[in-house]
Amino acid sequence: MGKLWELYITFFKIGISTFGGGYAMLPILEREAVEKKGWVSVTEVMDYYAISQCTPGIIAINTATYIGHKVNDLLGGIAAALGMISPSIIIIMILAGIIQRYSALPIVESAFSGIQIAVAVIIINAVIKMYKNSVVDKITLGIFVITLAILLFVDIPTIAVIIGAFIISLLIGRGQS
Amino acid sequence: MIYLTLFYEFIKTGLFSIGGGLATLPFLFQIAERYPWFTVAELVNMIAISESTPGPIGINMATYAGMVAGGVLGGIIASFAMAIPSVVISSFLARGLQKYKDSKILKSAFYGIRPAVCALIAMAGIGIMKEALFDLELFKVTENIGDLFKIMPIIIFVTLLFFSNKYKKHPIFYIAIAGVLGIILKF
Repeated sequence: MGKLWELYITFFKIGISTFGGGYAMLPILEREAVEKKGWVSVTEVMDYYAISQCTPGIIAINTATYIGHKVNDLLGGIAAALGMISPSIIIIMILAGIIQRYSALPIVESAFSGIQIAVAVIIINAVIKMYKNSVVDKITLGIFVITLAILLFVDIPTIAVIIGAFIISLLIGRGQS
Repeated sequence: MIYLTLFYEFIKTGLFSIGGGLATLPFLFQIAERYPWFTVAELVNMIAISESTPGPIGINMATYAGMVAGGVLGGIIASFAMAIPSVVISSFLARGLQKYKDSKILKSAFYGIRPAVCALIAMAGIGIMKEALFDLELFKVTENIGDLFKIMPIIIFVTLLFFSNKYKKHPIFYIAIAGVLGIILKF
């Protein structure tokens, strides 16, 4: 029980001090789980993070589960994941409650209409960065262009796109090896 | 039964979101279209809040969307549903991690899924730009091309895009500036 509580609290701390998840989480993760607790090595953290990126789910939760699992098996993984999501649930609930109450105020409305522009900028920047990392040759360029073309003209479920890309990748992977 | 639907939609989102928090966006857009829970404009506000608060963006988005759709319980159910596939799959993989680390299947799958996910998020980005920079409703009524563009937001968009690439500050910084500009200029 002591270990599980320790995992929960440590990942609660990591969750609450990470803005934006993903890559931003790594330095804090290394300080808490590697240096302070000695649960895993830096190399292990990098391996977990690498696998988390290419398996389904939220990267931060995947990484937390791997570390928790190493410390205390299945329950350890669950405790770490719970610790990671707890701050989000608490903070967002409080904020969402406040915002919903005041969203009809003109000042809040105009603030959010400005904020929407910043969100558009953030997403466009994220797409550009992702494009540079994922479109690396003719095949990946082809997948990107074809997917975008399909999405522009047909209303197709997101899952169908992911599964389609997965199948195509497997076929190409086989062709290469 | 809204809670069951929430659970189903968000476990699906968690299971098929590959490659980071923003990979949940295409799913959330489809949820906004399919259910009367929240509008695209509200979804964009949720992204802003999720980017500016601690915690993984995917979980923040799930809590927020779940809460708007079904209150406190809705928020809790959506966040747990979003996290369950992560925990189940990672617990399963953790047993033979070294084996999967260099797995060819995993790598080649990721190789082709990433550009597709990039296209999906690009579409979500286009949806947000439509919402923030263009006034399709007004244009449909007046059919005046000048009414299609929200001039001030477009100027701010281009300026922010330029400075965010030049200075690479944290997203919160640009969200705060844009919020203040929104209040001052009242567009």
